[in-house]
Amino acid sequence: MAMRIVSEAARLMGAPRLIPIASAHIDGALYHGDSGTLFAERLVEGGARVSVRATLNVGALDLTGCARVRLEEPARAMAARMMSAYCTLGCEPTWTCAPYQAGHRPARGTDVAWGESNAVVFCNSVLGARTNRYGDFLDIACAIAGRAPDYGLHRPENRKATVVFDVSGLPSDFLEADFAWPILGSLYGREVGDAIGVVAGVGGSPDEDALKAFGAAAASTGAVGLFHIAGVTPEAADLETAMDHAEPAEVIRVDIGMVAHARARLTTAERPDRIDAVAIGSPHLSSEELVRLERLVGGRRLAVPIYACTGRHVLASLSSDRRAALEKAGVILVADTCVVVTPIMPALADGVLMTNSGKFAHYAPGNTGYSVLYGSLAECVESAVSGRPQWTGSLS
Amino acid sequence: MDGVPVVKGDVLVEGASGTGEGLVLSAPISFWGGVDPKSGRIADVRHPQHGRSIAGTVLFLPGTIGSSSASAVLLELVSAGKAPAALVLHEPDAILLLGLVVAKEMGLHVPMAVRLDRTAFAAFAGKSVSVGGDGMVELSD
Repeated sequence: MAMRIVSEAARLMGAPRLIPIASAHIDGALYHGDSGTLFAERLVEGGARVSVRATLNVGALDLTGCARVRLEEPARAMAARMMSAYCTLGCEPTWTCAPYQAGHRPARGTDVAWGESNAVVFCNSVLGARTNRYGDFLDIACAIAGRAPDYGLHRPENRKATVVFDVSGLPSDFLEADFAWPILGSLYGREVGDAIGVVAGVGGSPDEDALKAFGAAAASTGAVGLFHIAGVTPEAADLETAMDHAEPAEVIRVDIGMVAHARARLTTAERPDRIDAVAIGSPHLSSEELVRLERLVGGRRLAVPIYACTGRHVLASLSSDRRAALEKAGVILVADTCVVVTPIMPALADGVLMTNSGKFAHYAPGNTGYSVLYGSLAECVESAVSGRPQWTGSLS
Repeated sequence: MDGVPVVKGDVLVEGASGTGEGLVLSAPISFWGGVDPKSGRIADVRHPQHGRSIAGTVLFLPGTIGSSSASAVLLELVSAGKAPAALVLHEPDAILLLGLVVAKEMGLHVPMAVRLDRTAFAAFAGKSVSVGGDGMVELSD
């Protein structure tokens, strides 16, 4: 069945052949309904096993027991069966949307089959490995077959930028701020869509968590599978290289008005005078981001909870003292899953969620019913301490 | 060809021919997070057609964006009987269409998916549209 699915995908996309892959990241183990569970169990019954390294994206349950998931039976049991079936197929129980920060980093130029939109874009753009945007079912089918259809971003000639996203007109203090990257990412995704763009004029060198936030936001608002940043990402030593010395089809000159508009679109709450919760960690928080959270909380007691979503790889490196201090302050650690893919936060009719994640800002209203308020990490923490929106600089 | 009520689309995934109201999405959508897999209602509050249901419609998609779980949502819609009566895509989408491929593997009856240039979509908006097994997209009354 796996090989039939891979072949059918190849036919649909006009791929002339299948190519071997080095690894896979599987987004298929998140419960959306019983059919997905039955599909995975059918693969198990057929004796299938993955033939390459395959990490798992988030599931619908927190198997570490950090956070209580309000998924009711019988869905809860079906979600657990689904997670178990993917482990039986030989996938690694990483349960994270940031596998690239959990030790799964394919080498530059290798072909892989990755699912989860933010992981795909990070894998292509920051690691320089080659993957298309694999959807649920095709990712596991490729992992079992060890092969993928040869088209799209697997082919070097399709990885060149045709659009320039020029941010050189933006103030340098904005570009150096952590809150800039989700805003720029969501703007990039809407402007560039499924084309391949190169960001020019960045100036400094954004760290890996900034690139992660940019890619996740871009992949939420557009069909973005690969971006380049001139002078930063591996296939963009400079602007000319990223474009293979061709003229751009389009140059988008980003100005401060476009940034303000993109920032406003991340917020859906209308001038709220209070917040009900803060959610961070989409994609999952790295160890460094968790340290930043600890510093900003600084031992204070929060008025509303901060849901800090991360992977078990980060949890494992967190000492029991540090974990106890965070939980005492009112931080709710969430591992293996996140607050937007499964019910963890209380169901509220007019809940307001503050977040520093462009991806949470995009999906939370539809998936949780909360309206959202976008701010920097510092603003999220100050707002959680007071229970009311606090602005410390991202609006200026 | 704009405005012509009969157009031949390329068959992407073979399925049952279907008839329904033509729902032409005016913006690309992410099925995961954008469509409720139980009801077919468009849940993305920023989508211009937020609140509409895609169940039973002939759904014209200018493009898909976002999550790689679109295929899973479409499989659940097919399983729940809340899928569109047919899908008309501007270009083939390996993520979304895999939902139909897997639904067939699971023995479910799936709707047709055809490719048609999006410039031809407007003629079918809000009208009763049928999509045949040969890929013909036409007004049905």
